[in-house]
Amino acid sequence: MTAVVAGPASPTGRAGRVARASSLRLNPTLVAGLSLLGLIVLVALCAPLITHWDPIQQDLTSSLLPPGNGHLLGTDQLGRDVFARLLYGARTDLRVGALAVLFPFVLGGTLGLLAGWFGGWFDLVLMRIVDIVVAFPFFVLVIALVFALGQGTSSIYIAITLVGWVAYARIVRSEVLVAKEQEYAMAARASGLPTRRILLRHLVPNVLLQAFVFSMSDIVLSILAIVTLGYLGLGVPPPTPDWGSMIGEGQAFVFTRWYLAAIPGFAVVITGLSLALIADGFVQRSGRR
Amino acid sequence: MGREEVEDRMRHLAYVGRRLVAMIPVAFGVTLIVFFMIHLVPGDPARTLLGVRATDESVAALHVRFGLDQPLWKQYLDFLGRLVHGDLGQSFFYNVDVSELVVGRLPATIWLLVAATILALAISLPLAVLAATHQGGPVDQVVRAVPLLGLGMPSVWVGIMLVLLLGLKVRAFPVSGFGTTPAQHVSSIVLPGLTVALALTPILIRSLRTSLIGVLDSDYVVTARAKGLSRGRIITAHTLRNAAVSSVTVLGVNIAYLVGSTLVVERVFGLPGLGTLMLDAIFNRDFPVVQGVTLVFAVMVVLINLGTDVVHGALDPRVELA
Repeated sequence: MTAVVAGPASPTGRAGRVARASSLRLNPTLVAGLSLLGLIVLVALCAPLITHWDPIQQDLTSSLLPPGNGHLLGTDQLGRDVFARLLYGARTDLRVGALAVLFPFVLGGTLGLLAGWFGGWFDLVLMRIVDIVVAFPFFVLVIALVFALGQGTSSIYIAITLVGWVAYARIVRSEVLVAKEQEYAMAARASGLPTRRILLRHLVPNVLLQAFVFSMSDIVLSILAIVTLGYLGLGVPPPTPDWGSMIGEGQAFVFTRWYLAAIPGFAVVITGLSLALIADGFVQRSGRR
Repeated sequence: MGREEVEDRMRHLAYVGRRLVAMIPVAFGVTLIVFFMIHLVPGDPARTLLGVRATDESVAALHVRFGLDQPLWKQYLDFLGRLVHGDLGQSFFYNVDVSELVVGRLPATIWLLVAATILALAISLPLAVLAATHQGGPVDQVVRAVPLLGLGMPSVWVGIMLVLLLGLKVRAFPVSGFGTTPAQHVSSIVLPGLTVALALTPILIRSLRTSLIGVLDSDYVVTARAKGLSRGRIITAHTLRNAAVSSVTVLGVNIAYLVGSTLVVERVFGLPGLGTLMLDAIFNRDFPVVQGVTLVFAVMVVLINLGTDVVHGALDPRVELA
């Protein structure tokens, strides 16, 4: 297999790392991304203050109303307020999207750290498993696993974790392989510190940045996965509002009420843009392109 | 045939052979995952498969049919044995061989993959060349901003938006279905192909731009420039072969992503491909079909990866020596 995780090249050395760790300068890209994301999170948190409509309250007598008449974006086929569903949907998609990155990050990061440090048969077996998992198209394996585990939010977490850890394992492993040959790691080893302490106190802070930057763009993929599962009817179970199911339900009315499918998609794109800007800003700050 | 030519052939064959051998453990692992998928959930797999409303009789019948009472390793060996003969089991829902269903649905998926690859390259390559040759300029800035927006676009949404924007205006492109004649296939594959291509374009542009910049900075391009060759000539004669190599590699790395997108996009456009087959099977709780299609998708990725490795080796002989 030649599949490689796309990402910046290997680190430049200890000087670069130290400079990177100590610089807290913000660049415009990073600021733009953080503000945009902050705004989206704020809107999601303040949803009840922004709209008085209940996102799951149905009213079949007023279905598919056009925008106006108290409904800022109209109503959907079940008479629910679209604007309220959009705001509360942000809560669902951001929460599930972020958590669905956290678990693979921790699992893959830990395995990659151990494989890179200890090497040997553990490394060999782990990397073969990685090769096998990446042979499956992401969506195919996630959908198959959600099916096998039974539909539900926890199944989504498990499925994305079982597929998503490989990228983190690869990134952290290759960072550790470089880091463990550097002076500070050798010095720590030579001074006879216990392995656990070397790994946690000396290595982890140095190898984490790369995985963290990747996780920013990975949240985008994770949100896309949840939106797609929602569209397919395999996502967060109804009636919880979620952008994916809104797109799916809106598709039927695309020629009469185009905004029903279009607007939740714009919300995904803007969220994705904010995270991409943050990732880009971090890469710029660390001086690697 | 000269001696050197024979050596070239031999080296190429040896390379292909090594790639084939490297494939074996992956293929083996893929069958393991697909087989044990259903055993992820604790409890009786037959009950998991049939759902909560299953009767005791139907559960017992499934036990007999799948040999679920036998030890796991024996079940796995049986599964492998059937696979070797191209037997993917029987569909619960359609009561026909899964392999038969797969063969029937394969053409639409392959059409979609080919269309998406062609369209993705047709969009990305010119943009990447433009950005790389005008590095730092306004064109480059715009092209580099594309991935920031593009990466966050859900394919399902892009598909619906294309239907909205193009499907109504350009009547030549049907918004759903696959037709029956090749001409109809071509016209009905354009919008889904474009949707899949757009999902890939941001990644493709970014990697192609980076590798093209590397090429433009390399010694032989500098030499060509020093010789006084024109800019256009340098790009066409010296960098396009390298651009082709980069395209193949980048496509190979992202092939799993590409194949995964087809699954979702088929659903949006009602294309009768493998993705639609799998999603229908999920709603019919038709496990053998889900299992079979998952396996076929993975095999497809492994084979396409092998293909890109071989093409890469043929385009860039340095690869085969490594």
